[in-house]
Amino acid sequence: MKLNFLTAHELKNLLDSGRNTPTDILNDVKIRYEETESKVRAFARTPFFDQVKIRQDADGPLAQIPVAIKDNICSKGDLTECSSRILKGFRAPYDATVVEKLKNSGAIIFGKTNMDEFAFGSSCETSCFYPTRNPWDLDCVPGGSSGGSAAAVAADEVIMSLGSDTGGSIRQPASLCGVVGLKPTYGRVSRYGLIAFASSLDQIGPFTKDIRDNALLLKVIAGYDERDSTSVPMPVPDYLKILGKDVKGMRVALPKEYFVEGMDLEVRASLEEAKARLESLGAIFKEVSLPHTEYAVAVYYIIATAEASSNLARFDGVQYGFRAQSGNDNDSKGLISMYKESRGQGFGAEAKRRIILGTYVLSSGYYDAYYSRALKVRTLVKQDFDKVFSDFDVILTPTSPTPAFKIGEKMDDPLSMYLSDIYTISVNLAGLPAISLPCGFTKKGLPLGMQIIGKPFGEEDIYRLAFQYEQNTPWHKEKPKL
Amino acid sequence: MEYEPVIGLEVHVQLNTATKAFCGCANVFGVRENTNICPVCLGLPGALPVLNALVLKSAVKVALAFNCSIRDYIKFDRKNYFYPDLPKNFQISQFDKPLSERGFLDIENNGIKKRVGITRVHMEEDAGKLIHSESEPFSYVDYNRAGTPLLEIVSEPELFSPEEAYAYLTDLKMILRYLDVSDCDMEKGSLRCDANISLKPKGEKKLGVKTELKNMNSFKAVKAGLSFEIRRQTECLEGGEKIVQETRLWDEKKEQTFSMRSKEEAHDYRYFPEPDLPPFSFAQKEIEEIRASLPELPQARLKRFMDSFGFLEKEASVLISDKDLADFFEACLKVLPLHKKIANWLIGPISAELNNRNVSICALGLTSERLVRLISLVENGTVSNLVAKDVLFQMLETSKDPDVIISEKNLSQVSDTDELKKMIEEVVAANKKSVDDYLAGKENALMYLVGQVMRLSQGKANPKMLRDLIAARLKQ
Repeated sequence: MKLNFLTAHELKNLLDSGRNTPTDILNDVKIRYEETESKVRAFARTPFFDQVKIRQDADGPLAQIPVAIKDNICSKGDLTECSSRILKGFRAPYDATVVEKLKNSGAIIFGKTNMDEFAFGSSCETSCFYPTRNPWDLDCVPGGSSGGSAAAVAADEVIMSLGSDTGGSIRQPASLCGVVGLKPTYGRVSRYGLIAFASSLDQIGPFTKDIRDNALLLKVIAGYDERDSTSVPMPVPDYLKILGKDVKGMRVALPKEYFVEGMDLEVRASLEEAKARLESLGAIFKEVSLPHTEYAVAVYYIIATAEASSNLARFDGVQYGFRAQSGNDNDSKGLISMYKESRGQGFGAEAKRRIILGTYVLSSGYYDAYYSRALKVRTLVKQDFDKVFSDFDVILTPTSPTPAFKIGEKMDDPLSMYLSDIYTISVNLAGLPAISLPCGFTKKGLPLGMQIIGKPFGEEDIYRLAFQYEQNTPWHKEKPKL
Repeated sequence: MEYEPVIGLEVHVQLNTATKAFCGCANVFGVRENTNICPVCLGLPGALPVLNALVLKSAVKVALAFNCSIRDYIKFDRKNYFYPDLPKNFQISQFDKPLSERGFLDIENNGIKKRVGITRVHMEEDAGKLIHSESEPFSYVDYNRAGTPLLEIVSEPELFSPEEAYAYLTDLKMILRYLDVSDCDMEKGSLRCDANISLKPKGEKKLGVKTELKNMNSFKAVKAGLSFEIRRQTECLEGGEKIVQETRLWDEKKEQTFSMRSKEEAHDYRYFPEPDLPPFSFAQKEIEEIRASLPELPQARLKRFMDSFGFLEKEASVLISDKDLADFFEACLKVLPLHKKIANWLIGPISAELNNRNVSICALGLTSERLVRLISLVENGTVSNLVAKDVLFQMLETSKDPDVIISEKNLSQVSDTDELKKMIEEVVAANKKSVDDYLAGKENALMYLVGQVMRLSQGKANPKMLRDLIAARLKQ
């Protein structure tokens, strides 16, 4: 079998035994890229295979493993454009903390993956480059915003990747592409070097082909960082140690608000099967209520856009990135017209929509009605979870209300697009960790995913349940036909 | 109708911490453009701020010195507006929950003491600087200053004349210098002041419409700008016009204020909590530790100087007005316990020289050791007071020890009786009339003759000996 189809832990064994060399891995990854990338378009631009130097001496936990990162994570000297025209040509002069950690772990960072512009979207269609396609059905979206990172792993163009998750941007594409994606607890992974969408919600997380790799990659990137005041000074557990522990007696909550009349029948059926499987392994299920769930999407689109409107203010054509060529504007209006033209031409429609929304909710006279109230409801959403977690170890839900949808299907209907994240958004509002892992396929052969939500810093509980489920189901072994 | 001005001041002070407010860049002035920068203060994508703990400490010191109550948790907000010198297009500041509120500052204007309310003291970051080119159709940006820690100190509208505003600023600066949190150099921009001013009919309680004045680069400019604005607003009101709420710029050359933007054009700053700096609690214990570490402040030092040395308030005020001067005084006192003599030198010729040169005593090139030595030389009769003043100026010019100057220029006092007698004979011979006057009972004539001998000796004659010798000679 070609090495690009394997996982990091499988490759490690092959390298350790001397059967394969790091060059073999990179060669297979490169061949796969050349075969499939024109169909999938998972990368934001051609990866830098030729510049990659294999460090023979690297001996970290991810030694010689090719890893791709989302186009919103800074890596020194490389283009980092958030799939946006306004960051055209921006080369980060520094490494994000996660990139530093990856490099220290011996990983080979060889490319940046496509995404929704500034992570605004659930389909990877708002990228200024091109839409990424779902490896399982090239007419479908891979989900988003980390669609490129999910599709690259699903298409075996790379062994593992990093994405970022603000409202579901790791978990929803993981679900739609049939891979494993984790959004860690807020503060578990440093955001230093992640180009912010919404600072209080963003978190970097791993995409992998199985749970073991996921635990491996999280362990590498997690930890306190003095450069990120929102990272939490707590020791990082050895997540691999929890794998293999049985799930007998684990208490799993099923929130009734997430299972409603009219939900996608195949999604519902896959969750019921998963529940039965886990029950047979000894987990205990009970229905619970998260009563403020219905407000989560509204609250999210106030808080996230408010923060985004401020975070994206720096893209103005002054220091870096795209500056519009405006005509003879040497008069006093020159500056304003440079701002307007640069931002007008540099941002795509969805980015503009969110900047305008966020600016509105923070405006004087509207602040109390929108932003201030949203913060209060956010607290209520969080309290819902606190209450459930006083009795349960994890919560099980679908990841996405539907399997992958067709490219173009929702682009003219932002509200329906926003509802793609209806099951994932509350988790970001509450700062909780959650994973999406494969739990079946539709009749048409599209992957389905389920979400396991943990307590704050409860990644071990999540991995424990997810690993047992994975080991007792065949889904993660399936590969798309490309 | 007679109008009264009501003035409130907003002062921005750059703190002198070693590094900037939210990154590790050095907090320095005057280095080459855009060399003292990093991803954080440049606001590069992905960079995050981390609060410099020493900024908080300095801010607490200031808040305590201004008698403010201090919050037990620290929260930052973003102030959003677009300007090319602001790298992120928002400023990290404090909005609805500032570090400290409700303090006061006791000031003195024309001998009248007054307590002025301090509304708030809060932390924020400075912006970069635009450099406008005359010859090119664009401007440059220097980001070195971006991220410099600032305190904003806002007064209540309780100042009622430009002179009171001036006194407030002087006393505020004095306290900041005592705390050693800023060099308060307005020329370098490390202290900046905006003023809000309105007029109301005398006796009226309700405040009038205010204007905000900016761009005043010295305390004198604040006074001049306010005086101009009082005249302008008075003329408006007397002409039946209404005052427009607006921001006005002081033009130093034209000595006028000009409208910059009206209230309608004012920004909506869309303040909201800075999500990259989560609020944190601030223990009362830490505040108390900082309080205990505060240096002696001007008011306390004034009282101590009056109580322990018997100085008049006027004398003590001069000494304490500048922390360096007061420190210098105490350094001298440790070596030579003649407080009155030392004070006379500092309050007299040295203060005059400081004013002439517009510098602090540290920049004068005078050490406490040398001043003490000079005073000792007067005390032991080596030089007269008059010559000593001359020696002092030469010390400032040459940075030499007083002994060296005195011996090089042969300035030692002449106390040799024979030498003095020779000079007396010369003067007596040339001033018959004065001698006769003295003998006729005019005591003043003696002083005249002493003066003539002093002149002859180029000031070196010992005046005390001279007096006795001349009197004895004339009575012969």
